[in-house]
Amino acid sequence: MSRRVVVTGIGVVSAIGATRDSFWESLVQGRPGIGPLLAVDASQFRFPNGAEARCFDPTGHFEAKTLDLYDRFSQFVLVAAREAMADAGLEAIPAGLRNRTAIVTGTSIGGQGTQDVGFVDIYRLGRPRSHPMTIPRVMPNAGASALSLELGVTGPVFTTSTACASSNHAMAQALWMVRSGMVDMAVTGGSEAPFSFGFLKAWESMRVVSPDTCRPFSADRKGLILGEGGAIFILEPLEAAQARGARIYAEFAGAGMSADAHHMTQPSVEGPVLAMNAALRDASLKPERIGYVNAHGTGTLANDATETRAIRTVFEAHAANLAVSSTKSMHGHALGAAGALEAAATILALRNSVIPPTANFTTADPQCDLDVVPNQARPAPIEHAISNAFAFGGLNAVLAFSRLD
Amino acid sequence: MSDDFAQRVISCVAVTQRIPAESITLNSSFEELKVDSLDGINILFALENEFSVNIPDEAAKNLQTVGDLARGLHDLIESGLATPQAPRPAPPTPAGESGSPA
Repeated sequence: MSRRVVVTGIGVVSAIGATRDSFWESLVQGRPGIGPLLAVDASQFRFPNGAEARCFDPTGHFEAKTLDLYDRFSQFVLVAAREAMADAGLEAIPAGLRNRTAIVTGTSIGGQGTQDVGFVDIYRLGRPRSHPMTIPRVMPNAGASALSLELGVTGPVFTTSTACASSNHAMAQALWMVRSGMVDMAVTGGSEAPFSFGFLKAWESMRVVSPDTCRPFSADRKGLILGEGGAIFILEPLEAAQARGARIYAEFAGAGMSADAHHMTQPSVEGPVLAMNAALRDASLKPERIGYVNAHGTGTLANDATETRAIRTVFEAHAANLAVSSTKSMHGHALGAAGALEAAATILALRNSVIPPTANFTTADPQCDLDVVPNQARPAPIEHAISNAFAFGGLNAVLAFSRLD
Repeated sequence: MSDDFAQRVISCVAVTQRIPAESITLNSSFEELKVDSLDGINILFALENEFSVNIPDEAAKNLQTVGDLARGLHDLIESGLATPQAPRPAPPTPAGESGSPA
């Protein structure tokens, strides 16, 4: 069995909007959500800024007792999923579909914030015991598990963790499970909540975080800006979605994966080329048909130049006609959630015929000689788009989406 | 820059790269020592601990040799740009009250 798969619901929590509509509005305005770190004492870091989801108020979504159970990264999953379900016109997963529905989420670090607090208790404050909710809050599958409880889903539920490609790997699995007939619906995406003191200290030592802002593809780029949030999508077979009269955002046309087998942190050209080609092949799309690439575009010197070469290798002469933007310039690098947030940006770009810009762009870099849609969103009737995610550890996953009229 | 200072820098490189200090001179290039970007941040980490300073990201770029690194670090410390490490700060307060899971 091979079925066409469509996206019928989207929910988003991010630094540039705690709902799908506000997220999209910020993207179109080219309005970054980057500002002084509030979750930690920023004076103890070489980088003072982050893309925190300040507009997200968990108390508006959860009872106090429930909040005790869920780390911030799980809260993002649940809130985004509720929005996606409502958006898809679903009050609940239909009873007959609950064991035929998959939940696949991506996260790089799960409940690291909770872990951080627990370690401070034990190592620093010398407390004799950790809070009993530490393990169920920290486990990377906590978001997926919480969602299965909330939706009553009894089908395949799991979480992928591949650093910055986590969500793309998750969504690819969900796509293929629906396409193959293994399940009849999927709730998929990912989330991340990286703003804890100990984890940020680890990022500081990597020396890849910008001291000011994120300027992907710009000659004066100084690194990435960490972000947080999550996005969740409802996937259904095309025929089922049409039969129930669902509004269809886009076709989830394909996905491709690869590994660099090169280096733990240095990017390569070859791995991303393999993943982009695999996604295009899976979607039965020739490179010339792609109109927009939502780039991995972290804003580090190495990534953006290397990704440019990879895109040029895949698209050859057509690279001159491609719009390529990095929305990380606005929502930050949300690590395991990056792919989910960027899939939302890509699908909404297809749906609305508007390409979100690369914000904070100042100066062209000859090593990034692509049309990076600097600073201003651009109306454009895109038919097909891909979204790149290239993780530390050399693991790559690319998603392809198509407009469905 | 004293010989002792240079030797401490060389020692940091040696320990990080797991090679004998005797195999390293100030003229050794990072290329010949097979120091890649990940090794580079490990060496900076070792130097920060050895000299009890914080080395800014920008100061660590475009260094070709161990001598470049040693002189750069020496100048940073002399000029006061490599900020001395603060005494261990009060317990950080990650989001939420310590002792609770929030």
